[in-house]
Amino acid sequence: MNKQPLSSGLSERDMVRSRLAKTLRRRHARERRFRLAGVVSVGLALACVLLLFGSILQRGLPAFWQSSIQLPIYFDPEIIRVDAAPQPLPDEPPVEFQRRQLEWQGQLARSNWQRLLTLGVQQLYPEQQIQPRHAQALFTRAVQHQLREMFAADPGLLGQTLELSLLADANVDVWLRGKIDRSLPDAQQQLAAPVRALADQLQADGHIKLKFASALFGNADSRSSPASAGLLGAFVGSLYMLAVVLLVAVPVGVGAAIYLEEFAPKSRWIDLIEVNINNLAAVPSIVFGLLGAALFINWFRLPMSAPLVGGLVLSLMALPTVIIATRAALQAVPGTIRQAALAMGASRTQAVFHHVLPLALPGVLTGAILAVAQSLGETAPLLLIGMNAFVANVPASPLDQSSALSVQIFLWQGHELRNFFEARTAAAIIVLLSLMISLNAVAIYLRKRLENKWS
Amino acid sequence: MNTTQNTQPAGLQAPRAKMQAQDVRVFYGEHQAIKGIDLELMENEVIAFIGPSGCGKSTFLRSFNRMNDTIEGCRLEGRILLDGEDIHAADMDVVMLRARVGMVFQKPNPFPKSIYDNVAYGPRIHGLARGRGDLDDRVEDSLRRAGLWDEVKDRLHAPGTGLSGGQQQRLCIARAIAVSPEVILMDEPCSALDPIATAKVEELIAELSQQYTIAIVTHSMQQAARVSDRTAYFHLGELIEVNATDKVFTHPQNALTEAYITGRFG
Ligand SMILES: Nc1ncnc2c1ncn2[C@@H]1O[C@H](COP(=O)(O)OP(=O)(O)O)[C@@H](O)[C@H]1O
Ligand SMILES: [Mg+2]
Repeated sequence: MNKQPLSSGLSERDMVRSRLAKTLRRRHARERRFRLAGVVSVGLALACVLLLFGSILQRGLPAFWQSSIQLPIYFDPEIIRVDAAPQPLPDEPPVEFQRRQLEWQGQLARSNWQRLLTLGVQQLYPEQQIQPRHAQALFTRAVQHQLREMFAADPGLLGQTLELSLLADANVDVWLRGKIDRSLPDAQQQLAAPVRALADQLQADGHIKLKFASALFGNADSRSSPASAGLLGAFVGSLYMLAVVLLVAVPVGVGAAIYLEEFAPKSRWIDLIEVNINNLAAVPSIVFGLLGAALFINWFRLPMSAPLVGGLVLSLMALPTVIIATRAALQAVPGTIRQAALAMGASRTQAVFHHVLPLALPGVLTGAILAVAQSLGETAPLLLIGMNAFVANVPASPLDQSSALSVQIFLWQGHELRNFFEARTAAAIIVLLSLMISLNAVAIYLRKRLENKWS
Repeated sequence: MNTTQNTQPAGLQAPRAKMQAQDVRVFYGEHQAIKGIDLELMENEVIAFIGPSGCGKSTFLRSFNRMNDTIEGCRLEGRILLDGEDIHAADMDVVMLRARVGMVFQKPNPFPKSIYDNVAYGPRIHGLARGRGDLDDRVEDSLRRAGLWDEVKDRLHAPGTGLSGGQQQRLCIARAIAVSPEVILMDEPCSALDPIATAKVEELIAELSQQYTIAIVTHSMQQAARVSDRTAYFHLGELIEVNATDKVFTHPQNALTEAYITGRFG
């Protein structure tokens, strides 16, 4: 009587056990498969990132160096026909002194600085009949202005010879660095055959040096002198926009989020606003460009191409993201903190600003900075407010005409001097990415600093 | 519904009602959580609220400092008086009310700030301290009364969240008494604490009752028996019975109370 149920119980236990073992095997197998899929997808993502950065660096880094031509230049008094630089006279009114200075500058401008270059090259190879236009084609256009400014700064150079290092023309640079198919027929070459030969000769004789491309970082864009075109104008424009977005989108967005999350009574209106904010975050950026053009330029009559307008447009774009991130950070603050403050007799505002916001701050700042960084990379809306206009100056204020890094990338990508600007485009991308990585690093730093304080 | 009120409070004079609830009804939207309760909190007494979970003890307790106002969709009918003044009157400021009627929650909820700043917060926002020294004194005094001073005096500027659970709860009590309230509401203040910490808090309640009127919600009948002068039994949003604690536990008047305290439900 007693044994029967016991033995049957045992066999049933065995059955359960073997079945468990089987399902366990299956479960383990499933887990392994899932892990493998995870590792593969992470690996894939990583490979994509590496590929992206690798190819950008590979293309862009060469643009950080640029060919320049080293040769002696004689500041020939026969060519630089100017009077002695004006000195202020004892009792001369400042206006009069200024007039004389302007006149002197005019004389400088009328001198034939290109001729100095021609003579310099011809001096190197006196036995050859080098035509002036071929000699001048070696240098980028800005070199003449460089010589003039050197002289204006130090008129004592007259009659002296200086060993100078002068930027080569963009076409010469790509020719010398092997970015042009040398077997192409003459008709398809940018440079005339004698210039190419001259360039090769200069290189063979050690007159060509690869130097750090300070023009890339120190100059604004340039059309007449592509080799000295730089990013500084676009970079400063982007910084102005960054400042505008930080000053507009962050306070407004954080304020709106605080109101919606902590103060607004639950109502259908608030729900509607919430839905619309979420929708706004998904609106294509070019639409914000149209809105910005209509609102800020047509309505408020703000200038075209100004970083102020660009910053305002990007602020519109960043606003929903800032609001959403801030609300998420506020929601993550435990309700017990609010209760504790209210029960102490704090007003709602005090509860929020003394307790809730400080706790949410790391999240708020991270979200805000990421939103700002993201908006900084936008291009399309900036095109619609004219920031793709060619600007040869570094903007001195947010109301001056300016470009932006993202737009500069777009412009250079489409530049007719493809061979030269391919690398510059990648270099501009490197600069933009560095800016974003720095912003993200700031976000991470702030988050770590503020979070570590109490936990 | 109210039964006898003739209990023996700590003082010598005739017992005086500190707070009075008159026909209080509380609604969460359509749902009525409190169904018309009259109850008085006497001066310097400890009154315990007991009853099965969901019967409305916390809701009723929160009515006394209007913390229900902070809950979306919560509505109160009836009157609650503090020293004879309606706490919902237009000239009664809720900030003032909560400074006079403090609260301690179920889960210790110190601010993620230093121990000092936790206690100093109330005096600061209510402008109670004149100068730094005065504030220091107030903080020390509150921590002493909460029985925490000796444990924390060397680390006043360490985070309050770094204390043990029992210490955190005593810190919350210190924070509440730092603004010299008249009434302290406690909602299951020991339910998250271990027995030793619980004993300390109970000791503290007994001491505080000499100066404050205390209403404490508890799910532990032993605790009610240990700390309270009177006990009120709630059931499904109604006050079933209120009486001197020893009477409630030895001779409950109502069958529901008896069923609860003998452990037949709850
Ligand atoms: N915030 C709230 N919103 C809606 N209903 C609530 C809320 N808080 C409590 N209630 C309801 O009110 C009743 C009483 O709850 P409560 O006061 O928390 O009871 P107790 O503290 O006695 O356990 C319960 O039915 C509960 O579901
Ligand atoms: Mg409760």
